[in-house]
Amino acid sequence: MAIMQKKTEQKIAFTFFRSLSLVVVAILFWILGFIIYNGAGVIDWEFLTTAPSDGMTGGGIFPAIAGTLYLILGSSMVAFPLGILSAVYTSEYAGNGYIIRFIRIMTNNLSGIPSIIFGLFGMALFVNTLEFGDSIIAGSFTLGLLTLPLVIRTTEEALRAIPDTFRIGSLALGATQLQTIRRITMPMAFPNIITGLILSIGRVSGETAPILFTVAAYFLPKLPQSIFDQVMALPYHLYVIATSGTDLEATRPIAYGTALVLIIIVLLMNLLASFLRKKFRKL
Amino acid sequence: MLETKEIHFYYGAFHALKNISMTMDDHTVTAFIGPSGCGKSTFLRLFNRMNDLIPDTHLTGQCLIEGQDIYQKTVDVTTLRKKVGMVFQKPNPFPKSIFENVAYGLRVDGIKDKNFIRQRVEESLKGAALWEEVKDQLKKPAFELSGGQQQRLCIARALAIEPSVILMDEPASALDPISTSKIEDLIHSLKEKYTIVIVTHNMQQAARVSNKTGFFMLGELIEFNDTKKIFLSPEKEATQNYITGRFG
Ligand SMILES: Nc1ncnc2c1ncn2[C@@H]1O[C@H](COP(=O)(O)OP(=O)(O)OP(=O)(O)O)[C@@H](O)[C@H]1O
Ligand SMILES: [Mg+2]
Repeated sequence: MAIMQKKTEQKIAFTFFRSLSLVVVAILFWILGFIIYNGAGVIDWEFLTTAPSDGMTGGGIFPAIAGTLYLILGSSMVAFPLGILSAVYTSEYAGNGYIIRFIRIMTNNLSGIPSIIFGLFGMALFVNTLEFGDSIIAGSFTLGLLTLPLVIRTTEEALRAIPDTFRIGSLALGATQLQTIRRITMPMAFPNIITGLILSIGRVSGETAPILFTVAAYFLPKLPQSIFDQVMALPYHLYVIATSGTDLEATRPIAYGTALVLIIIVLLMNLLASFLRKKFRKL
Repeated sequence: MLETKEIHFYYGAFHALKNISMTMDDHTVTAFIGPSGCGKSTFLRLFNRMNDLIPDTHLTGQCLIEGQDIYQKTVDVTTLRKKVGMVFQKPNPFPKSIFENVAYGLRVDGIKDKNFIRQRVEESLKGAALWEEVKDQLKKPAFELSGGQQQRLCIARALAIEPSVILMDEPASALDPISTSKIEDLIHSLKEKYTIVIVTHNMQQAARVSNKTGFFMLGELIEFNDTKKIFLSPEKEATQNYITGRFG
């Protein structure tokens, strides 16, 4: 009797959980479907390759796409080397002393800081103190800092997943720790690191707050000439045309189109990540 | 010659090795036996300083190889480990090709000469009695070999950098009987060129492969003598009990 009752209890519980997760999936699809339904119509070649026109009620979003790609590239160049190297240090060299635990706690805290704070900090440091001005370089550093905790965490996790027997085997052959990292640990962790990196960059490419005061231009049809120029960026452009255009009703479809392009870029990066992971796994 | 003088070793406050003094001659096989947790592996790892990797440990006494104290400040650990190779309980080849596994030690040593490397890889694989089985598939990932082959690959990998001592920590305990006897044959032939120290839980194996046997218990070296003597007429009662299976 009791057993039967347990079984029924379980069934009810699992049915409940399953419906909840279906609700989650449904919401996701709803959002996605809504954006696609409203945005797919405006996306064509012209939309992707021309600058906004007619007070942003017409034209395309090419400068914003280009700007976002520049920022993805720039922030990667900041966050990847810095994040990977410090993760290698904290997980391969540093042991478990006070300093290292302090660094861990701080990087974890860093990931909890709202992105607008990073934006303010970036403005204070890169735009003003270092006098980069509103520029790709200031925006890349700010976005890069925002990504840093994620990059460190993914790299650490990828390194931690490598069993110690490989390190020990290498050290026992007279390899130094650095050689062991370069020839054994890093190559083994690489597939997971690279996916983690791309996913984290995908995450920040949609952020608005950090670029607001550091790089994003309201309207700038020209492409940047150097890293000290401003650019438009998709998330900020979306914000602008959704809230402060000259004719909000007329820009609505453009807003959905912009959102869709942003989603597609993020999706493409996720696809690239899983493709790369599979590819490197095979080696 | 390997020699220890009054070795004490601690994991934190835990006294894992107690006052161990012994010598092992060149070109001999020495076996360590004893119940689980008695400190055999800990003692073995002293000779290539792998215990250095474990935090919060402490050593007193002397550990000498060819008369030199390997724990002196002037000793370079990587050089030491090139002279004292190690084979582990579970085969741990790198996720590389068979060839690259054996070449690894040479490459980290900075050797670039391709012909030299190829030759040394072949010699080492022959030395580890694996050459005939893999000579046509050196590019194959090492993971695709059987467990026994992987273990012989790990031995070849250790041989490639021409150590003078080889430490083996239960090298056959994860293997089937046929692979085990291959490893044992191999130990016999390696004795010509190397000094071998092997930890094993298998009495017959100790009796078969070694010249001398040391019996450990609770961190102490209870008895150390010719293998024949240990197995036929041990001096200590504890040894007698252990090898007849009445203990541990
Ligand atoms: N890294 C470590 N930290 C703390 N204590 C350890 C560590 N490694 C081993 N010990 C302890 O030291 C003692 C000796 O361990 P060791 O591994 O040398 O024994 P062993 O004789 O090789 O045992 P086995 O036959 O099971 O391999 C054990 O009591 C063990 O718990
Ligand atoms: Mg052991």
